[in-house]
Formats: sequence, C-alpha cells, structure tokens
Amino acid sequence: MTIYDLPTWAALPAGILLILGGLFVLLGSLGLVRLSSFYARMHPPTMGTTLGTGCVLVASMLVSSAIAGRPAVHELLITLFVVMTTPVSATTLMAAAIARSKPKPKETS
Amino acid sequence: MNAFFAFAVSFATLCLGAALVLASYRLFAGPSAQDRVLAFDTFYINGMLILLMQAIRSGSSSYFDMALLIALFGFLGTFALARFLLRQEIIEP
Repeated sequence: MTIYDLPTWAALPAGILLILGGLFVLLGSLGLVRLSSFYARMHPPTMGTTLGTGCVLVASMLVSSAIAGRPAVHELLITLFVVMTTPVSATTLMAAAIARSKPKPKETS
Repeated sequence: MNAFFAFAVSFATLCLGAALVLASYRLFAGPSAQDRVLAFDTFYINGMLILLMQAIRSGSSSYFDMALLIALFGFLGTFALARFLLRQEIIEP
C-alpha cells in the first residue's frame, strides 16, 4: 500500500495536518526574517518548531499506521524529544543573549 | 481524496523548502552570533521535517532513524553553541 491508495480516515486528517504544519513552519521562519530585534525574533521559530513538528509527526503517524495496518506510534519519540529539548536550548540562548548585551564591566586595577 | 493528500504533501514540502531558504538567509545575514545560532536551530528542524515529508511520500520507515538522529545532534549542536556564547566555555573544568 502506498500513499496513493490510503483509506479516507487517514488521508483526510493527515492532509489537513500537513497543510497546517507547513503553514506554521513557514510563518515561523518568516517571522525569523521579518522581525526587528533578537528578542522578538526568538518567538516565531519556537512556535513553528513545536506546532509544525507536532502536526507533521501526527500526520506521519496516521500514514504509517494506515500503511502498516496496525497502530504505529514510534514518531512520538521525535515529538517527545523536540518538545523536551526546544525550551532548554531556547532558555540557554536567551541567557546568552542577555549576558552578551550587557556592557562589559570596567577594568579596576 | 488521494489527489487531496498528494496536493497536501506537495504543498507542505514547498512550504518547508521556503522556510529552509528563509532560515538560511538569517543564518548568513544575522547581525549577531545569537541570531545565527537561532537560525541554525530553525534550519535543522526544517531539514528534519523535509526528511519526514520524504518518508511520508515514499512510505519507507528508514527515514525515521535519520530524522531522530538529526533531532538529537542538532539539539547538541545548538546547546553547545549557546553554552559557548554564554560562558566562553563548553565543558567547565
């Protein structure tokens, strides 16, 4: 069974989720280019990453379940990993940006 | 219905490709170092999603392992770069 003869219960929600996920990721990257300061640029890719990855991975789960004929949930691993690690890297990056934007302390000697 | 699904796969791949181009623009033109690290973070997630679209299109399951590895090592790279920007050192003695 290929993607060209998927049953309707898998093809319809997977297609809607794929379109939504692609739009989310595109909006996130557009915000990364268009916004003016770094602190504003921090927000859109995070939304695009989390929501877009969630949508695409749920669609992938539906498609591979329909192909295999049984529930296939191994895509949940990537979702779990991305949801767990995105806040960690975002927090560290924000702390680095704040530390770099402070003026350097003067040398006292 | 399958025409709709094929259209959705093509549309999402196009959107992800455009997002990859936008992220690489910020990666090359970013004014500060933390902008480039943020753009790199977006870049590898977009690449991983394009790989997953290829997995959906071909129905093969071997793309999944590659996507998992990209997510793992991309996070390690982003975290190491952000840590280096924060402390000028990655592993503290």
